Amino acid sequence: MSRLNKKIKINANVNNCELSKPARVTGTTFLTILTILFLFPIAIVLLNSVKGKFYIASTPFALPTGEIFVGITNYVEGFRKTGLLQATGWSFFITIFSVLCIVLLTSMTAWYITRVKSKLTTNLYYMFVFSMIVPFQMVMFTMSKITNMLHLDNPIGIILIYVGFGSGLSVFTFAGFIKSIPIAMEEAAMMDGCSPIQTFFYVVFPILRPTAITVAILNTMWVWNDYLLPSLVLSNKYSTIPMAVQSLKGSYGSIDMGAMMAMLVVAIVPIVIFYLTCQKYIIKGIASGAVKG
Amino acid sequence: MQKSMKKYFPIFVLPTLIAFAIAFLIPFVMGFYLSFTKFTTVTDSKWVGFENYIKAFTVNTEFLDAFLFTAKFAVVSVVTINVFAFGLAFLLTKGLKGTNLFRTVFFMPNLIGGIVLGYIWQLIINGVLFKFGYDITFDAKFGFWGLVILMNWQLIGYMMILYIAGIQNIPGELIEAAKIDGANGRQILRKITIPMVMPSITICTFLTLTNSFKLFDQNLALTGGMPAKQTSMLALDIYWTFYNRVGFEGVGQAKAVMFFVLVAVLALIQLRITRSKEVEQ
Repeated sequence: MSRLNKKIKINANVNNCELSKPARVTGTTFLTILTILFLFPIAIVLLNSVKGKFYIASTPFALPTGEIFVGITNYVEGFRKTGLLQATGWSFFITIFSVLCIVLLTSMTAWYITRVKSKLTTNLYYMFVFSMIVPFQMVMFTMSKITNMLHLDNPIGIILIYVGFGSGLSVFTFAGFIKSIPIAMEEAAMMDGCSPIQTFFYVVFPILRPTAITVAILNTMWVWNDYLLPSLVLSNKYSTIPMAVQSLKGSYGSIDMGAMMAMLVVAIVPIVIFYLTCQKYIIKGIASGAVKG
Repeated sequence: MQKSMKKYFPIFVLPTLIAFAIAFLIPFVMGFYLSFTKFTTVTDSKWVGFENYIKAFTVNTEFLDAFLFTAKFAVVSVVTINVFAFGLAFLLTKGLKGTNLFRTVFFMPNLIGGIVLGYIWQLIINGVLFKFGYDITFDAKFGFWGLVILMNWQLIGYMMILYIAGIQNIPGELIEAAKIDGANGRQILRKITIPMVMPSITICTFLTLTNSFKLFDQNLALTGGMPAKQTSMLALDIYWTFYNRVGFEGVGQAKAVMFFVLVAVLALIQLRITRSKEVEQ
């Protein structure tokens, strides 16, 4: 009896909190301080983006008050001088359409190579998986030469390249999920006269939705932030935001730190908004991806 | 079903396959071949055998230095990131108030791109060093620890999410039973929590390891390899060899092949370990 009581007590403890009150307070305080430390670098960039450009490098931790404060001048200058607006546009264009193409095309491919079993499809699957462990440096030189020869050095061409590079992880992720869904529904649909295309879009793709969201999120984070691939493939007039940031550093003798800060903010804000709106899916996707390993 | 699907190969597979061939397959095979040749353009190449591989080590010690720098960096980051991430995950699975907010914030840096991360930290680190009259390119030590701090800031949140998932997978009865048997918090951590999250520890260790070895954007933005290439990591060294030295494209490609083999071996070891763990369970 006393044992049972003890067990119930412990259960109640587990449900509320495992820690004693002082430990809880210490833990929360510690985490709060850490949260502030984690946000500090982002806050510094935000603050410096409204400071006069000569005050940034020397006193990055000073608050933007009095004569140091310049409002949105840095943004205006950044937009005017460095083509930040076009870069933002191209970044959005390339990210959105690459991700759409990756999700659509690789889900179709994954379905086909999982359902049609042949030597060819098995080998294709292994090639996609293999491509995941190859570092970009291995193919970057030859790939950029080939894309130049094929005139793919524009925002449309780079979408094709992103589909090619994204296909490894995406086909692998989709195929892993498709293996777990019963084939009976698809067979029934086809028996009722659906073509494979209709079957895919009316039956299979709706089931794939959660995986499609994960794949879309992983690829969005990758394409939006990618620097090396677009810098090798695209000509300068189609600069993306990371390229614009890097070229600001590379081409000028002394960097316009004001424009630099404005650019960093423009690079950070969209992806943070994206994160805060899809947070639930992002964290779930990452946790589930690792379990599969 | 297989039969009726078969002729749809051009619609379902061909577009992805063409993209995959142009972006990956053909460049991969060509890259492998070109590492044994001397070339400046891809179409005009002369077979030289292993000369490029030898040159990668004999012309100068940059590749070897980059490897040592990368390895040192990888060891330090793997240890620090995993210890911090596990600690945070442990705290965040205790049912404290505000857990969701903390988790959201700690993961956030992971979404910011490498180039941007590099310049954010350059500003901060230079701001601190400025007070002492230095900047980050003054000494390789500054660059090294700068990269470690940056990498920690970026990856702790990601690994923390994986550890939280691992800790939450531990059956509650196990911990309860241990408590009934009189185990204290530290004993539970050592005898139950850590052994039970071993799979997560393996995954996170290798993820941080391969990420550290493949680091490029952050390296380029934070130090650009300065001073005097002392803070160049492998990926950056390969990049310089390709694009900053005329006539060394073959050597660059040979370095890239060795880099690929190194990363692939790491991935295969990881696969071996995770597979054998699965069997045990």
